[in-house]
Amino acid sequence: MAYSEKVIDHYQNPKNVGTLDKSKATVGTGLVGAPECGDVMRLQIEVDEATGVIKDAKFKTFGCGSAIASSSLATEWLKGKSIDEAVTIDNMTIVEELNLPPVKIHCSVLAEDAIKAAINDYRQKNGMEALKFEESIVH
Amino acid sequence: MLDFPIYLDHNATTPCDPRVVEAMIPYFTNNFGNAASRNHPFGWKAEEAVDYAREQVAKLIGADPKEIIFTSGATEGDNLALKGVFEMYASKGNHIITCNIEHKAVLDTCKHIEKEGGEVTYLKVKDNGLIDLAELEAAIKPTTILIAIMYANNEIGTIMPIKEISAIAKKHGVLLFSDAVQAVGKIPVDVNKDGIDLMAFTAHKMYGPKGVGALYVRRKNPRVKVTAQLDGGGHERGMRSGTLNVPGIVGFGKACEICINEMEEETARVSKLRDKLQTELLKIEESYLNGDKEHKLPHVTNISFKHVEGEGLLMGFNKNIALSSGSACTSASLEPSYVLKALGLGDDLAHSSLRFGLGRFTTEEQIDYTIEQVTKTVNKLREMSPLWEMFKEGIDLDTIEWAHH
Repeated sequence: MAYSEKVIDHYQNPKNVGTLDKSKATVGTGLVGAPECGDVMRLQIEVDEATGVIKDAKFKTFGCGSAIASSSLATEWLKGKSIDEAVTIDNMTIVEELNLPPVKIHCSVLAEDAIKAAINDYRQKNGMEALKFEESIVH
Repeated sequence: MLDFPIYLDHNATTPCDPRVVEAMIPYFTNNFGNAASRNHPFGWKAEEAVDYAREQVAKLIGADPKEIIFTSGATEGDNLALKGVFEMYASKGNHIITCNIEHKAVLDTCKHIEKEGGEVTYLKVKDNGLIDLAELEAAIKPTTILIAIMYANNEIGTIMPIKEISAIAKKHGVLLFSDAVQAVGKIPVDVNKDGIDLMAFTAHKMYGPKGVGALYVRRKNPRVKVTAQLDGGGHERGMRSGTLNVPGIVGFGKACEICINEMEEETARVSKLRDKLQTELLKIEESYLNGDKEHKLPHVTNISFKHVEGEGLLMGFNKNIALSSGSACTSASLEPSYVLKALGLGDDLAHSSLRFGLGRFTTEEQIDYTIEQVTKTVNKLREMSPLWEMFKEGIDLDTIEWAHH
């Protein structure tokens, strides 16, 4: 199976690999997937307290090229968005952007889950209720 | 100068040796006859070529030429041996013993036999990939008609204790079938010394063409018979009908002849390269060898690089190096390799494995490049891996509650 050029580019030059200080109240961390499933994503956001805008995003991913590309792309899209906007990022837009084949759709689902988990972590740290999401069905 | 891509997936298939292709060519054009045409020179020539190839193939495994049944490959050989014995020896019993790291062609055929009323015992291999002989013997019962154990495993390259297995089979009057696809042509295999009654192997794993293989069926001590699975002209002593693939068979014969002449030298050269590759890659932190270290094919190694996912790893160099992974993501199933899981590897290590299959045309330069690329990519991906970061922080990954989807 050949990868799309965008997946290869994100794999070779991943954007925003790294770690934010998870003890900070302004940082939300989402850790999703499981080693047994061959995919683990950790996605972190740092939110500007004054504006509610995501000013930084970082990821680390254990997984195939499509999983790495999905999380790299997600961090790119998160930066500059408010957390309310960020929560609307849909896995299918990741699928379209990266041209993921059907067997790799679960990578985009994982990225969406990671975004939501990071936002909820941030919300809970700052006295807001966690948002309820429908369980993802893929994987 | 290195030519790309480098091929290190010789367990999947091998290139045809140019000498094999050369031998085959006349049998597509001038000597195109049907080996079953007994009444004219075209047929005679084809039959003569098949007879000669049959001798070459038989010689490689220490068999009599009459014991060679040409097939389309090892999947057919596996099917013919298992189903053929199951049907032929139905009056004696219906029980077959095999193991859980056999090739799918054996496992799925056994599943089929179970649906037909057969009983199959799947022995679990030990964590080195070998079966426990005491367990094998204990599994034999009065209804047991066949033991089906592979000679060497395709994913991890481990070699089963075939002589010991055949001694047990003989002691209990049970036939032994071996899928020897990965072993024949790579290491000395002798059906008499090894005590094998039926054995499937194929040309394309030993520098011959695809689409041709053989099933060895013992004719003496004991005389073994299998029920044909294809009805037709009664070729191959009635066990496998179908016009013989003459050019394929000629190529198969030539490939066997080359193996006879060059195996010793080739094994020495390739195993040295394999050892270098294995030693260097095992120097990488948290890398693990899969399968027994000693009882192993000379050209294979299978290594897991913990906290890095196999397909992601392959992507780092698969434009230049062709090899395969036990990771789920390489297949549509999302399940990691059942062979690695059978060794007791956690799914995480199974997902992190690479299989290296060296071959006749592998050079030291290619191996050096592979060592460099794999090492570089493992390090790069670990920098990107949350699991590696946690491991380095001393977090026990087993204590984390993972969100299992």
